[in-house]
Amino acid sequence: MEKLLGEFSVGLFFWQSVIFLALLFLLRKYAWKPILNAVNEREEKIAESLELAEKTKAEMKALQAQNENLLKEARAERDSIVKDAKETANKMIEDAKSAAKTEAEKVLTSARQSINAEKAAALAELKTQVAAFSLEIAEKIVRTELSSEDKQKALADKMAGDINLN
Amino acid sequence: MQRLLGILFAFMIACSGAAFANTNEHGAKGHGEAPVTEMSAEDQKRSEMSEYVKHHTQDVHDFHIFSDNSTGKHYGFPLPVILWDNGLHVFLSSKFEHGHATVESKGNYYRLDHGKIYRTNAEGRIVYDEHHHAKNYKPLDLSITKNVFVTLLMALFIFLLFRGIAKGYKKSMAPKGAAKFFEPLVLFIRDDIAIPNIGEKYYKRYMVYLLTVFFFIWFLNLIGMTPLGVNVTGNIAVTFALAIITFIITQTTANGNYWKHIFWMPGVPVPMKIILAPIELLGVFIKPFALMIRLYANMLAGHIVLGSLISLLFIFNNWFARGSFLGLTLFLNLIELMVTFLQAYIFTMLTALYFGFAVEEHHDEHH
Repeated sequence: MEKLLGEFSVGLFFWQSVIFLALLFLLRKYAWKPILNAVNEREEKIAESLELAEKTKAEMKALQAQNENLLKEARAERDSIVKDAKETANKMIEDAKSAAKTEAEKVLTSARQSINAEKAAALAELKTQVAAFSLEIAEKIVRTELSSEDKQKALADKMAGDINLN
Repeated sequence: MQRLLGILFAFMIACSGAAFANTNEHGAKGHGEAPVTEMSAEDQKRSEMSEYVKHHTQDVHDFHIFSDNSTGKHYGFPLPVILWDNGLHVFLSSKFEHGHATVESKGNYYRLDHGKIYRTNAEGRIVYDEHHHAKNYKPLDLSITKNVFVTLLMALFIFLLFRGIAKGYKKSMAPKGAAKFFEPLVLFIRDDIAIPNIGEKYYKRYMVYLLTVFFFIWFLNLIGMTPLGVNVTGNIAVTFALAIITFIITQTTANGNYWKHIFWMPGVPVPMKIILAPIELLGVFIKPFALMIRLYANMLAGHIVLGSLISLLFIFNNWFARGSFLGLTLFLNLIELMVTFLQAYIFTMLTALYFGFAVEEHHDEHH
């Protein structure tokens, strides 16, 4: 212990304390604070980034799920639209068909009617024409029959004969 | 790594050579009055070696690198001597001529004896007592000794190093260069020393001290491993300075709970409280004392062991023994290299632990 105290140097103790304290204050200002701050900042940034990444991942997942849902909905809608369209088209065709049929029948009926009317008119005209022709023929025949005296006489005779017979 | 070992090896050889030269000089001149001629050559060698090891671990007033024993010349440079003896006395240590000259300053005479400066008469007489201790008056010695000088250099180095690292963070968030190596250490001190011992709530206010003390001790321990022969942290004044700062910080930042645990231990009967108070109070002083002794003893012991082993290389005149001692020295050198880190870690760790006691909050469930 005596040796220990004998070795103790007040000067060394003094300078060591001065140097150490000076170093302490200098390092605090110029080294430890900036270093620790930088490290802390970086750690916070890393933590934040990780959190953000996690969040983004979750968001992505949600978005994906949403997309899938949307896709599903879209598909369902498309199917229903296609189905509707098909139905509508079919209906339209059916409608058109029936309309066309009705129209055609209508046309047919009216055509028949007009044909019948035309036929009746034609027949009527034909009758008139035939009657006129018959009259003309009869007139011509009569005229021929009665063109000479002999013939008139013969005819009168014949007619007289017929009358006799009756 | 292999190259590093090679360099270390070369250093050790150089170190030993310088030391050998140095002790020879001392034996011949420094202790001229000792009965050198009566000793056998081997005894003389041995005493030189022990003198060398002792010398190596002590603080000196000049920066001595090595001596040429054939010419008796010293290589190194002097450092300023600052004395307070009814006024400031400042002169260069070279004036002492390694203890052979008396220095006159402002009417007073000083002489260097066994690394200490004494006030003497004009002839430079030093009076010894029966234990060969000088009885002369010792003025207050505030010299920039080798240890102070090395500490200053290391402090400057630490400052520039970490300021450089701090500047690097302004440019980019990722560590670059030296920061790649030192950032994990800084984080280690924060995450494995400060936070577990002090707690999340208060650790920040102690970080500056913990980091500084760790790197200060570690770097000074490391410089002690070089063949420059400095032994800063193996010096009781140095460890005392560090321990007392830990002590002051602990006591000044302590909360009521800390003092209550010392003077009026909760959860024990009143007679026990009275018995525990002085014990606990003693503990307050023992803790920094243990810090001081631990670092001092470990570093000093390391230096003495390594110095002795290197000395053994020169005592044995047998190549086989020299080779094996060289291997052992190398091995112990590596262990000592680990000890430099370990002691810095332990000092910081215990300091953090004491800070943790000081700011511990009251927990009812513990009692």
